[in-house]
Amino acid sequence: MKTILNDTQVAITVDRLCHQLIENHLDFSQTVLIGLQPRGIFLSERIYRTLQKLLPGVQIHYGKLDITFYRDDFNKGSQLHVPNETAIDFSIENKRVVLIDDVLYTGRTTRSALDAMLDFGRPSAVELLVLIDRRFTRQLPIQADYTGRTIDAVMSEKVKVRWAERDGADEVVIE
Amino acid sequence: MSLSVNHLLGIRGLQRQDIELIFQTADQFKEVLQRPIKKVPTLRDTTIVNLFFENSTRTRISFELAEKRLGADVVNFSASGSSVSKGETLIDTVNNILSMKVDMVVMRHSATGAPHFLSKHIDVPIVNAGDGINEHPTQALLDAFSIRERLGSVTGKKVAICGDIMHSRVALSNIYCLKELGAEVTVVGPPTLIPKYMESALGVNVSYNIGEALEWCDVANVLRIQLERQNTPLFSSLREYSLSYGVNRELLDSLKKEIVIMHPGPINRGVELSSDVADSGHSIILNQVENGVAVRMAVLYLLAGKKAE
Repeated sequence: MKTILNDTQVAITVDRLCHQLIENHLDFSQTVLIGLQPRGIFLSERIYRTLQKLLPGVQIHYGKLDITFYRDDFNKGSQLHVPNETAIDFSIENKRVVLIDDVLYTGRTTRSALDAMLDFGRPSAVELLVLIDRRFTRQLPIQADYTGRTIDAVMSEKVKVRWAERDGADEVVIE
Repeated sequence: MSLSVNHLLGIRGLQRQDIELIFQTADQFKEVLQRPIKKVPTLRDTTIVNLFFENSTRTRISFELAEKRLGADVVNFSASGSSVSKGETLIDTVNNILSMKVDMVVMRHSATGAPHFLSKHIDVPIVNAGDGINEHPTQALLDAFSIRERLGSVTGKKVAICGDIMHSRVALSNIYCLKELGAEVTVVGPPTLIPKYMESALGVNVSYNIGEALEWCDVANVLRIQLERQNTPLFSSLREYSLSYGVNRELLDSLKKEIVIMHPGPINRGVELSSDVADSGHSIILNQVENGVAVRMAVLYLLAGKKAE
């Protein structure tokens, strides 16, 4: 097991990603944040809370999106997935959407998320923010716009993102 | 995680975690049904046939909407006007349909056990949409789902099932489902419409007094009098039934507490349920119908996914 980011580094990285978002989105009036269920939610909650601290008084739209019903491996021999909550109680029509997930790996989750998101409206632009970008493992032409850390890990290795809320401490490890 | 069964033939045979998995999945489909685009592409490679050998409005439309909103292709079949009248057997009819590459069967049949029989001869998932006087599992699931939605939980709740217990597949499926989820059940109706040995066989209370049963319960599920299944008269007149067992405003006002009123439809207004009660704030009848689509989507999704595992 190798540690990629410890809790201090996770905090610094989340802070940096928030500042990059502010640089591009300024007052967030035309921007919405959407965390991807289930694992992207921990990161998106952090991003949302940190942005609220950095921009007091600014209203930021934040929702959660579950992609279970849009997966491309349903009925293809994979395990059946139990859906999670989707909560998008605002319009994304003509908004700039930032999709948030913990690890960008094959790109298939992001593809499903794009499909799922389009059922809620037609955004003016979509960006992708991830904590970890696993290079050289992509199966679809998808890239992140904001990346916490880029890592090289072979397919047989597992990248685990742990969060204090669920696992006791923030850290990213390769197993 | 997936269901422990390959077909939904009845609630009997389901485990508590199956029912909870269906509810958990239905919660998310309910959200899908609130979206601007009320449709997901999950079953776009699946064709489902609705085999209705018996009449139905609600269940049939509900299943068809559930299937379409899952992105499936749908074929409808009704016995009237089909080759069934020419003497074709059930297995032949179904095998002919399946040979046209159909992946799932939803079936309603007037013969008790018809879907169980069919499940021994075909290998696609079957959903029982009502078989004779046996079971109507998706109705029981949507009823329990609606109770859970209204009261927060089913466990520990007291449910009175009122009326024609003898001929009701809704009653039997509801009893299995509610007992599995830890609710207390009382069946209430005229002695001629309640089968013997209900207490010992199914673990429910039996009452012949509607007032007492309603005073006891949190939820009353009022069933339709099924005249089409009664060969010999089991009560003297609809008027008498309505006077002794009908649920009306006066009766509800005489109770010391508020109870939730359910009905699986179609309602015989003025017989088992008066109009002012059916249309009141106590009634969750239309919520039941709304939840039916989400619950059926969950059942179809979980069975289709199970097949592939």
